[in-house]
Amino acid sequence: MTGPSLTKDTEQAGAATAVTSTVRARLQQFLAFGGLIVIFAFFSIVSENFFNYGNITNILFSTVVIGLLALGTTFVIITGGIDLSIGTGMALSAVMSGVFIVNLGVPLPFGVLGAILFGGLIGLVNGLSVAVLKLPPFIATLAMMLVAQGLALVVSHSAPIYFSDSPAYIDLSIGSIIPGANFPNAVLVFALAAIIAGVLLNSTVLGRYTYSIGSNEEATALSGIDVRRWKIIIYTVAGLFTGLAGVMISARLGSAQPATGMGYELQAIAAVVIGGTSLAGGKGSIVGTVIGALIISVLNNGLQIMSIPQEWQNVILGIVILLAVYADMARKRAA
Amino acid sequence: MRTQRLAAALVGAALVLVTAACGGGSSNNAAGGQPYIAIVSKGFQHQFWQAVKKGAEQEAAKQNVRITFEGPASESEIESQVTMLTNALGRQPAALGFAALDSKAAAPLLQQAKSRNIPVVAFDSGVDSDLPVTTAATDNKAAAAEAAKHMAQAIGNTGKVALVVHDQTSKSGTDRRDGFIDWMKANAPGVQLLETQYGGGDQAKSADITKAIIAANPDLKGIYGSNEGSAIGVVRGVAESGKQGLTIIGFDSGKAQLDAIKSGAMLGAITQNPIGIGEQTVAAAVKAIKGEAQPKVIDTGFFWYDKTNIDSPQIQAVVYQ
Repeated sequence: MTGPSLTKDTEQAGAATAVTSTVRARLQQFLAFGGLIVIFAFFSIVSENFFNYGNITNILFSTVVIGLLALGTTFVIITGGIDLSIGTGMALSAVMSGVFIVNLGVPLPFGVLGAILFGGLIGLVNGLSVAVLKLPPFIATLAMMLVAQGLALVVSHSAPIYFSDSPAYIDLSIGSIIPGANFPNAVLVFALAAIIAGVLLNSTVLGRYTYSIGSNEEATALSGIDVRRWKIIIYTVAGLFTGLAGVMISARLGSAQPATGMGYELQAIAAVVIGGTSLAGGKGSIVGTVIGALIISVLNNGLQIMSIPQEWQNVILGIVILLAVYADMARKRAA
Repeated sequence: MRTQRLAAALVGAALVLVTAACGGGSSNNAAGGQPYIAIVSKGFQHQFWQAVKKGAEQEAAKQNVRITFEGPASESEIESQVTMLTNALGRQPAALGFAALDSKAAAPLLQQAKSRNIPVVAFDSGVDSDLPVTTAATDNKAAAAEAAKHMAQAIGNTGKVALVVHDQTSKSGTDRRDGFIDWMKANAPGVQLLETQYGGGDQAKSADITKAIIAANPDLKGIYGSNEGSAIGVVRGVAESGKQGLTIIGFDSGKAQLDAIKSGAMLGAITQNPIGIGEQTVAAAVKAIKGEAQPKVIDTGFFWYDKTNIDSPQIQAVVYQ
């Protein structure tokens, strides 16, 4: 029989474990951040052309598209799922943005919103396939990846859609709303999206249920939460970020390229994993994802500035991902 | 249970509706008795291939043959192309048109075609073998040399030049890189060539590479992009970095490159004759089916164009939007 003293002990023990796991989570983020600082310092020392305002804005700028995809897919991976359709889904959303704004003449804000919502629609279909049809996420999103790839070519008639008559659209990416600072808007968009994603994951019911479903789906369902509904919502949220990524890449290039996007999903997933999110689900953070995406951009930029031959750049990137996953596994074993 | 079936029905219905709505009108005319020529190109990624397709379709209509024209989604998908080639052979075409992504990877399939008496016409990137009856292509090395000549001229035969090439596995990639480098070494030794970077023809990747090159080499004088995607990426990268005074030379056309040349952002580019390539490929395939003799190489030509001649009828005939 439990007396008041026993309950207090369990409570204290419970509180202690909660503190330890928070410290561990913070330590993981610290590891990722530390990694970023080390790599950054290395390139700054090795190359005199690395550490300057122009190049740092280049690095931030090149993080935007993959970073947006990574933000959305963080939610999915924390639930223990995966989304392979984000690359071609981005291309299809970009094409739809072109269709709305260029072909149909929809005013810019509505066109952008439409493209983002279309990305959400792709996410919704993914969510239905996973939650209702109970397909494994890998298969469901793989199928969607192919469908999106094909549809992007079909809808655009295999031709790019040019935004030359909408300079404001292109300004979304490369314009600079901060006067005189020459700071690309795309980075501001990414920062805003990251803040929204962070708030969603850390301070809302959606975020709590995301972690809960990832840690133990059965227990979550048994405690009365409609897991099916929340999974659909989570995949849809990932899709909204994919739609935004489509807008940003087409704004940067000044055109919707229907054949782009293949391979972007793997880079985004790499960013999420390097940032400390576990592919098994239940653990992860938006801060970690942003750091992971930055590590990849810094590596790409630094290696190119050092004129390391292309082939070796990929080898080094692969090794970094290996180390990150190993650190993740080591952490899980220690836990 | 019911919700599951309903959801499945909805998803399935949505996909069928979309496919039906968009799928109409893509089939080629099939009349009984028309010879069938299967064409597998390097991709759909650039408008270049759409122009080749147009030329092929024009010639097919003239010669009264049926063609199919397909290519992988990106020019790095070698395996995907090999699969398409296998399927194309499976349809028992009278002749095969083929632009190799990897000159060696398709060799066994070309052997198969030969053993089934299906003549192969190579186009764009040649294949490293004697199996094709003929190759209709641009002399990429000569075209790249022409680009190098204009680059050297523009920068005064001295200074740093960077190359952003689309790939190193296809003959067009290696020829357009080597042709440029060889000409420079032989004729403008004062020009310092930086390590070649590969962007896969992806505009965003090529733009990021360009910005890194510019950051690492403040005294850079010129950049050469070896295909449509690379060149457009270079133009965007230079614009994003805000660097002035660089000489940019590209390859092929496409709306973005044409606009860049007209606005002065790009000095000029080498255009191939994609419509000509498509036409010559089909014409050569028809000749091969009839067993007529033809030259081993059909040079479809290339032209330098810049602001001064971009509107001339000769150039307008070969560039595409």
